[in-house]
Amino acid sequence: MSDRIIHVETLAREYVMGAERVLALRGLTLTIRRNEYVAIMGPSGSGKSTFMNLIGCLDTPSGGSYWLNGQEVSRLSDDALARVRNKEIGFVFQTFNLLPRATALHNVELPLVYAGVSSRERRERAVKALTRVGLEHRMTHKPNELSGGQRQRVAIARALVNEPSILLADEPTGNLDSTTSEEIMKVFAELHAEGQTIIVVTHEPSIAEHAERVVVLRDGLLHSDTPNTRVAA
Amino acid sequence: MPVFEAVRMALRTIVSQKLKSFFSLIGVLIGVTFLIAVVSIVQGMNVYMEDQFANRLIGLNTFTLRRQPGINTGNTTEETWRAWQRRPRISYADADYITERLQTPAVTAKYCSDRMTLMYNGKQAKDIELMGTEPSYFEIKNVDIASGRIFTPQEVRAGVPVLVVGSEIGEKLFEGQDPLGKVVMIAGLPYRVIGVAAKRGTLFGISLDKFAVMPFRAPARRYICPLNVLDELEIKAANPTLMLAAMGETEALMRTRRGLRPEQENNFDLQNASGALEGWKKISKVLITALPLLVAVSLVVGGIVIMNIMLMAVAERTREIGIRKALGAKRRDILAQFVIESATLSTVGAMFGVATGIGLAYLVRAFTPLPAAVAPWSIGVGVGVGMLVGMVAGVYPASRAAQLDPITALRAE
Repeated sequence: MSDRIIHVETLAREYVMGAERVLALRGLTLTIRRNEYVAIMGPSGSGKSTFMNLIGCLDTPSGGSYWLNGQEVSRLSDDALARVRNKEIGFVFQTFNLLPRATALHNVELPLVYAGVSSRERRERAVKALTRVGLEHRMTHKPNELSGGQRQRVAIARALVNEPSILLADEPTGNLDSTTSEEIMKVFAELHAEGQTIIVVTHEPSIAEHAERVVVLRDGLLHSDTPNTRVAA
Repeated sequence: MPVFEAVRMALRTIVSQKLKSFFSLIGVLIGVTFLIAVVSIVQGMNVYMEDQFANRLIGLNTFTLRRQPGINTGNTTEETWRAWQRRPRISYADADYITERLQTPAVTAKYCSDRMTLMYNGKQAKDIELMGTEPSYFEIKNVDIASGRIFTPQEVRAGVPVLVVGSEIGEKLFEGQDPLGKVVMIAGLPYRVIGVAAKRGTLFGISLDKFAVMPFRAPARRYICPLNVLDELEIKAANPTLMLAAMGETEALMRTRRGLRPEQENNFDLQNASGALEGWKKISKVLITALPLLVAVSLVVGGIVIMNIMLMAVAERTREIGIRKALGAKRRDILAQFVIESATLSTVGAMFGVATGIGLAYLVRAFTPLPAAVAPWSIGVGVGVGMLVGMVAGVYPASRAAQLDPITALRAE
């Protein structure tokens, strides 16, 4: 049981929009184990963004429960969720979401700042993370001095620097050309090989192909959950 | 959130947006400038009034016995003025009475003065303060002699027509020649110059070197003192304590001599340097009291401007806030970041205010006779108040930032 990183049970999320109530998730039950590489797919409106927000502890469910690494996190306060995000989750966004005025090094250091790590250790760990994604020569550059692929590598380094339980990527190649996309997916594959649990939210089948398991959502419910035969084979 | 990082970020914002920062900080800047400059000028005035004005005109540890106050820095009503005019004058006998009976060790000098014209070789020096007094006067007023000598008690007793002149008269009337031994005409009578006083400079731009001192009993006395009447008796003691003792004694002696009953007020005046400054002290007190109000107004305005700037910053940087929250920033981290940023902005404004305030004080010093002295405490208060304004102004925008929902914030713009 200890290798269950994520376990959600009848997870539901309801939004109130004016007089209307929208059920974005209608009771989803799913388990993700340590060192799994999962792709979450679905058309827009399927609830995959909502699911990602809940998994990433950016939002709390209106029904059901969510255990992350053995801890029930579905009823936590804002600040407790912030702590969970800081320690357990590494985000990689479609639009990179780097701080534009800060250097690559500073961007990578940021999660450690909020973790209360001393400045010397912060620097050491950030340098290590940037070296791991092959950006040791770009550390003092600002995001606008980096290419799209390099920016996404900085974001990956930032996601990894706190050694999170899961790497949560939301359309990580959505703003990249196909060559760069392949590079990024190669980084993900390497990380997975090193034992990192990875969840990629995407609507592109070519990206989902890299995962070893594909979960498809539709209308806020689990549509299919299949091992990726190509990878498995 | 380390304080240092937030401070650095705020400084970076100021440097990258110089003009915008200048306008957002101008309120605080003006407030602090005002604080520093006014405190400097008022304190400078205090020093000036005490050192220069009162101590030079009246003298250190010195007081005067007069019919009415000699120096008025406050307002005098006409009624008071008329009451003063009804008082008996100070006679020679009054002066001798005090000098003989005073137990406290003190030096006294009878004193009369008026504006007279001095003539030499057909040249005139008009509006010269001609003083008739005793040799002790030079000690009492700290008048140093540059060349020659002062007159002696014997010359006073005999009424010898000799003069000690101020440095400006020496220069103007004799055009560079040595004034010593020259004979000057006053009201048609000859006076021999026996001494020249050292240069005393100016007070409020008025020369203090246009004077001539003659023995009290010299012939021109009738032009400067009405018969048997003195302008004042000057009394100097060795230190402030003795001066106050001598003042009390003189008051008692005069009351006895004039037969005043206990309920009657003094019909004479005793004035020392601090007494002469009473009016000024009132003015300076009003200025120092009104100052916080004036400063507060511009600081409130400055605070509101900073609050608006910070609200704009929060709106512009919603996404950054979202990113920080996604990476684990707690509410108080975001709150602290923006409060520190606001305080830094405002402190920078206050520091510039201190600089311009000091600059203004120095300008006043350079172009007026006032020695504006920058008070160190006012710098501390200025910077501290500036920082406080920034913190207070930053709380509301910062709490708005802290309340933002991470998902909405991440989706911004």
